[in-house]
Amino acid sequence: MCKNTINGVKTKGRRAAASAAAMSNKLICEMGLPASIANVFAARNGFSRGCCGPLPLPQDALSLPEFDLVALLGLDLDQVRSAVARISEIACPPCRTALSLLEDRARSTCHLPTRLRGLDDALCGGIPFGALTELVGPSGIGKTQFCLKLALLVALPTCYGGLNGRIIYMDTESKFSSSRLIEIGKSSFPHIFQSEGMAQEMAGRIVVLRPSSLSEFTESLQQIKLMILQHDVKLLIVDSMAAILLRENERSTTVQKQHSWCWPLSFLKSLAEFSQIPIVVTNQVRSQNNDEVFHYSFQAQKNDTGKTSERLESHLTAALGIQWAHAVTIRLIFEAHSGHRFIKVSKSPTSPAVAFPFVVESSGISLLSHDGLEVMGAEICTIHCQVQDTTFLIRGPSHTLVFNASLQQFLG
Amino acid sequence: MSETSRFRSLEDGHGALKGAQTAWDMLSEEQMQKHITTGCEELDAILGGGIHCKEVTEVGGVPGIGKTQLGIQLAVNVQIPVECGGLGGKAVYIDTEGSFMVERAHQIAEGCISDLLDNTAHRLKDFPACPERLQPNSFLANIFYFRICSYTEQIATINYLEKFLEEQKDVKIIVVDSITFHFRQDFDDLALRTRVLGGMSLKLMRFAKKYSLAVVLLNQVTTKFVEGSFHLTLALGDTWSHACTNRIILYWNGNDRHAYIDKSPSLRSATTPFLITGKGIRNATSHCKRVRMM
Repeated sequence: MCKNTINGVKTKGRRAAASAAAMSNKLICEMGLPASIANVFAARNGFSRGCCGPLPLPQDALSLPEFDLVALLGLDLDQVRSAVARISEIACPPCRTALSLLEDRARSTCHLPTRLRGLDDALCGGIPFGALTELVGPSGIGKTQFCLKLALLVALPTCYGGLNGRIIYMDTESKFSSSRLIEIGKSSFPHIFQSEGMAQEMAGRIVVLRPSSLSEFTESLQQIKLMILQHDVKLLIVDSMAAILLRENERSTTVQKQHSWCWPLSFLKSLAEFSQIPIVVTNQVRSQNNDEVFHYSFQAQKNDTGKTSERLESHLTAALGIQWAHAVTIRLIFEAHSGHRFIKVSKSPTSPAVAFPFVVESSGISLLSHDGLEVMGAEICTIHCQVQDTTFLIRGPSHTLVFNASLQQFLG
Repeated sequence: MSETSRFRSLEDGHGALKGAQTAWDMLSEEQMQKHITTGCEELDAILGGGIHCKEVTEVGGVPGIGKTQLGIQLAVNVQIPVECGGLGGKAVYIDTEGSFMVERAHQIAEGCISDLLDNTAHRLKDFPACPERLQPNSFLANIFYFRICSYTEQIATINYLEKFLEEQKDVKIIVVDSITFHFRQDFDDLALRTRVLGGMSLKLMRFAKKYSLAVVLLNQVTTKFVEGSFHLTLALGDTWSHACTNRIILYWNGNDRHAYIDKSPSLRSATTPFLITGKGIRNATSHCKRVRMM
């Protein structure tokens, strides 16, 4: 038992520490503890229990209770306490004031403009650097188009408002199309793409990877980390995240599923932050099972009456579940209803709940209106997919009606 | 032995027990204590005046419901000067998810200040020092931010706070956003997870009492299968649910955001709507101020 615990923690911890821009992968012996105590930590082979290896990493020391450490190290309680306090102080990330964060943000570029004015305004300037942005929507709605356009915008030279950077495009569904990329480029920026060799240069900055399995994907993520640091990579796109994770997990149980999703998730998050680049991932949708009623138990009685009507409607939900949704900083939902396509800012710390109608043109996505339609309540989290005009909808008739009314007003 | 002397001896008796207090002393202390306003009067009302100091409050809800917003709002509101009826404290913000947006904190601070100037302008005249302090940037300077990238760092930071709080006595709130993230990612040994989390919540509880500050832990939700159907519930399991004094759940009720008091030793369970506006968390009843009505 003890062996499993401690080894389990250690391997996990090592992985976590290696994956993040973590301070805590320092060895305890490098932490400036009093020499005698540091030696005990380093040399202790755990004979007292006959099971534990040395304790070179802080996570081992920090996740054990004080009394276990006393027994394990043969030190007295006070020594253990002061050693743990010292290790904690060093493993603890530096404290910053929010003001200094603000000053940092002001110094560096912190948003990648999408050139969709309304959306950029809502997101305070575009896709944020150092965070995870997710695009969710049914297939064929325009997620890949959005990604291609973003890739182009990053590749553009600075004098045309681009970032003059490289792009890593993880294409897990083989949907990346170079000819479409050039087409978007030619129609959005004719003056740039007409000049000799420009198209080649732009497209040359986009590196496409096609991992076919989760392990391959994981491996390339590791390599990417180095690449981002060495080259001028300014954007990472994973299209689609759901495909690679779900394919792998078709036959495994929920618990395993949860587990194997976790690693790419925390890795991408720390990668974004560590390298201060925007990371954009796409997510698929699946139809929601009827028995997945997402209410709290204290709400159950109140909603009993509404249940039957709700069961008749089918609606969609993001393929990667609630844990994934918690982890992304910004979620944009691409959906279609009432004969129009919409981008909804579903989760964002800065934006109000708004939706923008859009069309896909030869130049990529363009918004029909730059003033977002305000979306009421939980409607912002639902995903519709319905391309015909017939308004056969959806969930919560009241707010949908309001939404449709204002849509008609807007179209009218 | 007369009545008073018996009392005296009793008092001496508990005087020997270090840190012991009579229930009466605790009551008067509670009544003296100021609370941290959430910015929404109705929510304050069901919370008994706001978020209480010396207590651990857990806030949970689905993604995008406004947990981080509430966390930032509290980190700002704790700094409302004493002259304006606030605590005039500082905040520690422990960010495990990277969702703290400093631009948003700036907006919320601006919103808070403009409301203060509107509501308490007459009182502020007597305190000429205030206007300089009432700048968004000086609010931001009083938010101490830790970015945590692994659960080891999370444990280490909580341990380190012991020393940090000793130096920064003005800290009146610790926000952990979220307590869950790394513990859901990196752990497969649930017994260890429970123990580590338990130790952490004990420490936080101790800080809350010792420095009379509020601890707010944000938690994610997960689905749980109970009696034949799926329900939403806060993450980290049943053992964890004992770790907090109060538990608030934020949820969608039709078109409105609502807050529900799920657990509290002193408050009755109640629900109330609240709004998230550009300025931060506000009353749901001042609806009419909405800029663009649908």
